[in-house]
Amino acid sequence: MNRGTARARGKTVIGLLLTGVMLFPVYWMVNVSLTRDQDMRKSPPDLFPAHGTLAGYRTVLHEQLPYLGTSLVVALGTVVLTAALAAPAGYALAKLRPRGGGILSFVLLAAQMIPGIIMAMGFYAIYLQLGLLQSVPGLIVADSTLAVPFAVLIFTAFMSGIPGELLQAAHMDGAGPLRTFWSIVLPMSRNAVVTVSLFAFLWSWSDFVFANTLVNGGAHEPITLGIYHYIGNNNQEWNAIMATAVVASLPAALVLVLAQRYVAAGVTTGAVKD
Amino acid sequence: MNDTRQVSPRRPAPRPGARERRRPPSRQWAAWAFLAPVGLYLGLFYAYPLYRNVDLSLRDYTVRSFVQGDAPFSGLENYRKIFDDPAFAPALLHTVVFTAVCLVFQYAIGLALAVFFNQHFRLSVTLRALFLVPWLLPLIVSASTWSWMLNSDSGIVNAVLHAAGIGPVNWLTSPSWSLTSVIIANIWIGVPFNLVVLHSGLQSIPRSLYEAAALDGANAWQRFWRVTFPLLRPVSAITLLLGLVYTLKVFDIIWIMTKGGPADSSATFATWSYQLGFGNLLPAFGPGAAVGNLLVVAALVLGLVYVRAQRKQAQS
Repeated sequence: MNRGTARARGKTVIGLLLTGVMLFPVYWMVNVSLTRDQDMRKSPPDLFPAHGTLAGYRTVLHEQLPYLGTSLVVALGTVVLTAALAAPAGYALAKLRPRGGGILSFVLLAAQMIPGIIMAMGFYAIYLQLGLLQSVPGLIVADSTLAVPFAVLIFTAFMSGIPGELLQAAHMDGAGPLRTFWSIVLPMSRNAVVTVSLFAFLWSWSDFVFANTLVNGGAHEPITLGIYHYIGNNNQEWNAIMATAVVASLPAALVLVLAQRYVAAGVTTGAVKD
Repeated sequence: MNDTRQVSPRRPAPRPGARERRRPPSRQWAAWAFLAPVGLYLGLFYAYPLYRNVDLSLRDYTVRSFVQGDAPFSGLENYRKIFDDPAFAPALLHTVVFTAVCLVFQYAIGLALAVFFNQHFRLSVTLRALFLVPWLLPLIVSASTWSWMLNSDSGIVNAVLHAAGIGPVNWLTSPSWSLTSVIIANIWIGVPFNLVVLHSGLQSIPRSLYEAAALDGANAWQRFWRVTFPLLRPVSAITLLLGLVYTLKVFDIIWIMTKGGPADSSATFATWSYQLGFGNLLPAFGPGAAVGNLLVVAALVLGLVYVRAQRKQAQS
């Protein structure tokens, strides 16, 4: 008994060490973000922000708020567009079983495998002709391609679990497919809506390729470009760069704290289950 | 999920419970009405950009003709150009090395961690959740953090090496180290995905098998190689395949950390393609698209393999 608890405690210690190693870069980002300019080039660097300063964060407040605002608008737009497109499709694939649905599922799967730079190049060519370069709606549409195929697969998987009897009963009561979808299927798929929204938000928020290709130099640039310009322009103010990085990581941190189970569910549903 | 529906329409005897009977035409219409938005979307925002990309690769574009859209058709000239380009062989080599090394380490580390966290101990669930952080962070955040950690003069990595008596390494500025640097960063990002998927695979292995193996006198190492590893094979196959697809198209990390440099020493097909199209003052859209299309073909082939593997797993 005693040996058992000792071993379990040992495992906890090892687990803590492993997590510490894995998360060290995250700690380092926070540490550097709090470091004073004059300590930035110290060798060896301070392991703790002994003379912590919030100067980096003040710079973020001064210079990066517009970028953060753009990112928020783009990410929310992507969430709405993705859910509006994917939820009806998931319902049809899971419950209405159309002919050719299998092919569509395959196309969606294949679509996820296309490299982002290819899509970016194609979008660039099209947007150039349509005059949609450097526009926020254009970026929202491009960003949604990151999430839509995945979202349809998630909705299909979740909605397959809704009992057929329930839908049958609705049908008996005279509800058409639209009514059934809106009043029964959608409310019962709340978890799927949350999962899809989380991922669509995070992916859109984190997008760099589309932003760099389609809105670089425009009036509305997202935070990923804010950081990118920082790295390119002033290599010296790393506390400001890292402070921006910390702020840009906040959505991911929030998701992890508030909705971790949805994340794990999303990863495994997308990858392993059909 | 397809199997029940692939009943031949000419089959005379109605099978009890077959879906065919419960599929009135009105429902077909409804189904396609619900699918229409996504169908339209896929056509406009996937198929068309892809088509434009193929079109780009088959024409001789200049900046002017790119805007006006009247570039002359040049057949496979762009493809010939990239195959003859002295950058082709190094880019291929870097792509293969980057993908293979990342996959092996991500999978091995992910599996080891999954087995470790599959045991029950205090905090195991919380710590496993924390491992997701690198995967959730925006790639620009991870890439810039690693850039600073690997900085030659002020980076923590060189400071630690110095303390261990090893001279400074020019991680990002030396052609012999840049590929290693982006591989390290990418492994760090990929481990969580492997951990989560493999962990969910481990949980479907019945505990009773381990108990039986333990009764037969198998030690932990034998239990892993004789029970865990063989039973995890289908999940491993899918994890590795998805990892392969994801790793082939990695772009952000390399572009942000090294831009494929110095002197193309960390350029893969993904960064080379982008470099050709957007990285130079005089963009070469045609060759850039051609390189990109090679990646698309590779991705689609792997996608087919993936679907087959997934079917196999669903049947077993």
